[in-house]
Amino acid sequence: METNKNYGAAECGDCNECNKCDEKATRNEINNAYSVAVPKKSGEGMLLSHEGLTLYTMLIYSENFAGILNQITAVFTRRQVNIESLNVCASSTPGVHKYTITCYCTEDMAIMLTKQIEKKIDVLQASYFVDEEIFIMEACLMKLSTPKTMENPEVSRIIRSLGARIVEVNPTYSILEKKGGTEDILRLFNSLNELGVVLQFVRSGRIAVTKSTIEKLDRYLEQRESEK
Amino acid sequence: MNTTNDKKAADSVLSSKKGQNEGSVRITGAEALMRSLEHEGVETLFGYPGGAIMPTYDALYDYRDVFHHVLVRHEQGAVHAAQGYARVSGKVGCAIVTSGPGAMNTITGVADAMIDSTPIVVICGQVGAAMLGTDAFQEVDVIGVTQPITKWSYQIRRAEDISWAVSRAFFIARSGRPGPVVLDFTKNAQTALVDYEPTHVDFIRSYRPVQIPSEETIAEAARMINASVKPFVLVGQGVELGNARQELVEFLEKAQMPAGFTLLGLSALPSDHPLNMGMLGMHGNLGPNVMTNQCDLLIAVGMRFDDRVTGSLATYARQAKIIHFDIDPSEIDKNVKVDLAVVGDCKQTLPRVTELLDKATHKAWIEGFRPYAEKEMQKVIEPAIHPTEGPLLMGEVVRAVSEATENKAILVTDVGQNQMFGCRYFKFTEGRSVVTSGGCGTMGFGLPAGIGATFGAPERTVCVFCGDGGLQMTIQELGTIMEQKAPVKIILLNNNFLGNVRQWQYMFFRKRYSFTPMLNPDYEQIASAYGIASRTVTERVDLNDAIRQMLETDGPFLLQCAVKEEDNVLPMTPPGANVDEMLLEVK
Repeated sequence: METNKNYGAAECGDCNECNKCDEKATRNEINNAYSVAVPKKSGEGMLLSHEGLTLYTMLIYSENFAGILNQITAVFTRRQVNIESLNVCASSTPGVHKYTITCYCTEDMAIMLTKQIEKKIDVLQASYFVDEEIFIMEACLMKLSTPKTMENPEVSRIIRSLGARIVEVNPTYSILEKKGGTEDILRLFNSLNELGVVLQFVRSGRIAVTKSTIEKLDRYLEQRESEK
Repeated sequence: MNTTNDKKAADSVLSSKKGQNEGSVRITGAEALMRSLEHEGVETLFGYPGGAIMPTYDALYDYRDVFHHVLVRHEQGAVHAAQGYARVSGKVGCAIVTSGPGAMNTITGVADAMIDSTPIVVICGQVGAAMLGTDAFQEVDVIGVTQPITKWSYQIRRAEDISWAVSRAFFIARSGRPGPVVLDFTKNAQTALVDYEPTHVDFIRSYRPVQIPSEETIAEAARMINASVKPFVLVGQGVELGNARQELVEFLEKAQMPAGFTLLGLSALPSDHPLNMGMLGMHGNLGPNVMTNQCDLLIAVGMRFDDRVTGSLATYARQAKIIHFDIDPSEIDKNVKVDLAVVGDCKQTLPRVTELLDKATHKAWIEGFRPYAEKEMQKVIEPAIHPTEGPLLMGEVVRAVSEATENKAILVTDVGQNQMFGCRYFKFTEGRSVVTSGGCGTMGFGLPAGIGATFGAPERTVCVFCGDGGLQMTIQELGTIMEQKAPVKIILLNNNFLGNVRQWQYMFFRKRYSFTPMLNPDYEQIASAYGIASRTVTERVDLNDAIRQMLETDGPFLLQCAVKEEDNVLPMTPPGANVDEMLLEVK
């Protein structure tokens, strides 16, 4: 009978299969900061699309009450939709918060999600958009291994051609920043990651404003003011 | 984060002086709650005291002449009673419980009220604000738990917020599509002193309870109806919630449109009205279910196309155009894609459409329902309500009780076969006569909801039908009935089985009765221990006399009927089957 060899292994290091030893070693090395820095192995790049699903951006406005983010994310959870990115901030209207949420789903699901979110008492408005309908901005930070970067002239060529900015260089690592659309940022990451120089990568949530000439929220608030 | 004052500014808050020259007065938060509840017109409270709500109960002691407080025996009972109260009275039901376990015991009822759109406000105690988040004694994150199952939930941490929060809670609970609100009331807010002034919230910027559809939408609805040869109306609880029974009658009668009713919408039109074709759904009537797939226009009013009504969506009313009248925009296109949505309060939208309707008779179409009605009558209904031999049947008990009350009583049911037989065979002449747990299917709902109904409609007879399973889930509320002398007529349909599950096991699980047979106690002895009059009927010949005795008895009564053990609710649309594929018999 086949058994799981990892199960009940006495000490880490007993087997060569679970990779935990490697993980542990890597973590130790990274923790030693300046001395050794091991870049990630290049793997499959991040995907921009999910099969048959569209990336929707939801723009949601709510009153500034505690607990609304919880209520909004619960609408996604209950319908098994993963949130790809999320950004919350104060909006240009005093007392109103703006949520920018992206997720892959069908249009029917996007409609249902926005309706269910808008149903929450303290949510003012919820709408969904495809990329063509909005101006998008994202930002990323990347930590590169300086020795690996020096070794490969391709790295600096990519950094220049894709318009990233270097904000820190020391003998161990260098920090890169870039803002732009999702694709620009992923292209930068995937290209550098291919070369095995990336130590850390972080991407911000998407922020977006609509291309429409009508400010829906202002109209809504004006209308509600008149109905008071 | 903004202060609560900013939040209040977002609502239109009007403070008005209470009484003559009273002005604002400095009182405890607990008393401010009492005054706020009084200001909202609350008369009855269902509750259970405990540590974190004790300051409120102390204040309540001085308000005994203002509120009738019903001490339940378990917090779940308090919420179901508040639901029963709300459903028959149209007012907001109110429950008060303590923190931690007290609040958690209300969860089933809160979820039930959410899915069945019942207006209730649950006020639960909470540990002092300084202790929040420390895993204090009887501290539970009530807001976190209740947010997904309430229309609104809010933690009152300062006495200054009480007046506003209570008014907002009641406004939200009762307006638009009604629902439950939970107020989590910290102990420090109960004891702090506050300058109390009554508040009236009737506007929330981010919440539009009722939309008003355009003239074009109304005209398009009327045009579609006028063009229809075979219109069929589906009526849900929205009509009762909107107090639009009369508006429905006029709408149906002008164009002579037949109608089917959801479980919660059953008493929206008298049962004997010629356009009432019966109940929709899994155990509904044959005609309305079959004709759903034959009509050319389906007009849904205040219903939400629940899966128990639609069966398989792939084949549901595909031949028809669909108009959906609903107050809640998020219901539109949720389960069934519709051709026209009329989003608004049906009390306003129905008359606007009715005015534009052409008079019609739809005689042949209405006649088309008859063969199905006759077939069902002969194969299912007659054998169920007028059996001549064999053990007592649930159907005949239900019909006999209904007739003995001249079809004027309020039907309260538990969940299971008792519910389906109850809703199939009870007849209605008045509105707000059905109290049942539809969306949530909460066993144990019936008895406490029945108690609440006797307070919500004290002038009416309240008949609770329950099974031996459901009764025992909240049987402790017999104590409440005893103490309150609540005139609940309990009809226990005892088959020594968890009957509905047993029926499914019989039909879909090869008759493997996995833990559905049940050994029962002596219910008459239990009733007698609570001082509740009771009688058991085993023979058909005694049934009518026992029902007469039950109805003539002043106060509560437990009528136990020993019914056929393995009876099946029919007809039935098996789960996931097409709506018009109803089984008339079980093989």
